[in-house]
Amino acid sequence: MPEPTFLDSTELVLNMGPQHPSTHGVLRVILKLDGEKVIGTECVIGYLHRGVEKIAENRTYTMFAPYVDRMDYIAAISNGLGYCLAVEKLLKVEAPPRAQVVRVILTELNRIASHLFWLGTHALDIGAITPLFYTLREREEILKIFEDYCGARLTTHAFRIGGLQYEVHDGLERQVKDFCDYIVPKIDEYEELLTNNRIWVERLKGVGILTADECKQFGVTGPVLRAAGVQWDLRKAQPYSGYEKYDFDVPIAHGADTYDRYVVRMLEMRQCVRILRQAVEGIPEGPILAKVGKVIKPAAGEAYVSIEAPKGELGYFIVSDGSTQPYRLRVRPPSLINLQALDRMVRGGLVADVVAIIGTLDIVLGEVDR
Amino acid sequence: MKKFLRTIFLVDLLQGLWVTFRNQHPKHIYTEQYPAERPKVAERYRGAPRLNINPDNGETLCIACNLCALACPENLIVVTSERNEQTRRKELTEFTYDTSRCMFCGLCEDACPVDALELTQDFELATYTRDGLIWDRQLLEEGPKPTPYRF
Ligand code: SF4
Ligand code: SF4
Repeated sequence: MPEPTFLDSTELVLNMGPQHPSTHGVLRVILKLDGEKVIGTECVIGYLHRGVEKIAENRTYTMFAPYVDRMDYIAAISNGLGYCLAVEKLLKVEAPPRAQVVRVILTELNRIASHLFWLGTHALDIGAITPLFYTLREREEILKIFEDYCGARLTTHAFRIGGLQYEVHDGLERQVKDFCDYIVPKIDEYEELLTNNRIWVERLKGVGILTADECKQFGVTGPVLRAAGVQWDLRKAQPYSGYEKYDFDVPIAHGADTYDRYVVRMLEMRQCVRILRQAVEGIPEGPILAKVGKVIKPAAGEAYVSIEAPKGELGYFIVSDGSTQPYRLRVRPPSLINLQALDRMVRGGLVADVVAIIGTLDIVLGEVDR
Repeated sequence: MKKFLRTIFLVDLLQGLWVTFRNQHPKHIYTEQYPAERPKVAERYRGAPRLNINPDNGETLCIACNLCALACPENLIVVTSERNEQTRRKELTEFTYDTSRCMFCGLCEDACPVDALELTQDFELATYTRDGLIWDRQLLEEGPKPTPYRF
């Protein structure tokens, strides 16, 4: 029953989604409204549930690798990296240096691609349509590099357990260097379009505040946490895949609002370019695959590995019973956990800001539902 | 004062508009004219499957070892073979590949010891029937035939 609220108007329950274009997929948000004000939300998820964790139990370690690409399909390469690192930890092997550098290059490219896609769709949600075309154009260049490297654009399946399957194609260095030179002026261009734009600023400043303490309570990670002033990046905090060798900063902001999250992500893209420039300079020679054998059969045990995916901390927990298939595989997706904070962020705000806040969380429903 | 003037003259909005105008230049056109122009996909593109035949004698390269079927996470390849009494070797009889369930991960291609199975650069896989998605040996050996479109 709707309860009477302020001014004797009744509470209005509004369904947003699952087909709403601004929920970035199939998220259903039940909004309780008092006029324009949001007084409560409830998220209904699971429309894209494919049972990835259960599938893992029925596949060998090698076979499961392509499935992780389908969770966060915007950043498939980061997913693959996390999974490979987790199995490698279980096997107690490490990818050779050449493989590690190539992995860093591809993951950083993927981070830029993910942020570009986020920027385009987020701006589109707010009403700025132009950036979407530009960001997708730039993302296309990244996808071309992926296609040249591994033959697929979105669900790449680029890494294998123990290293890489594909040798670096001719001209990868050239392509990445050209891309670095190409993207920096483009990022400036986006900033020109948005950073000082009064509509953009008015719509985002002070909207959806999530303070550092609240972030920690919810377990929110990634740019959302860094925009609240916490300098936490797993690439720095617990380096993997040779990230300790690169010189880069972790950008933070202190406003904890939607605008600052935008600023943090823009700065992050610039840092990615910095890492890329260092990485392509020194791709070492050597093998690309560690000695893991044809059949991957780790000893009984468990391993947890988390990496800094574009959206936050992406963790894989694998329990092995000594067979060729995982006994249990658990994914800690950043999107799902960041989504928990939605209610706190929209409560008390206006209904028009809900879309902005869903956008700023940068969720991918494939990863939320798995 | 400066801020006030900037607000009055809409500097921030005009700045953005200028970016839009700069991007109107024809050299920034990015649209691909598919199907009039077929896009060039990468050399390593993982598209429609093909079962390679030996160009010299037209025999299949496949040795019916079944490794591709075992490697496939989706279990969609079926290889049947027959033992040849004279040569005492396994010979391929039928090969089915269900493209409707395939996710083009490339694991089967990697598993093949003689490079018989290959994912090619063709990407036009649509058919009018569900059965058309299941490719038999003949279709696989002929390989994908890109459709020429004329306007
Ligand atoms: S590409 Fe992957 S899914 Fe398709 S047949 Fe080969 S192994 Fe199976
Ligand atoms: S792995 Fe290659 S040779 Fe073996 S059955 Fe498959 S296609 Fe034939």
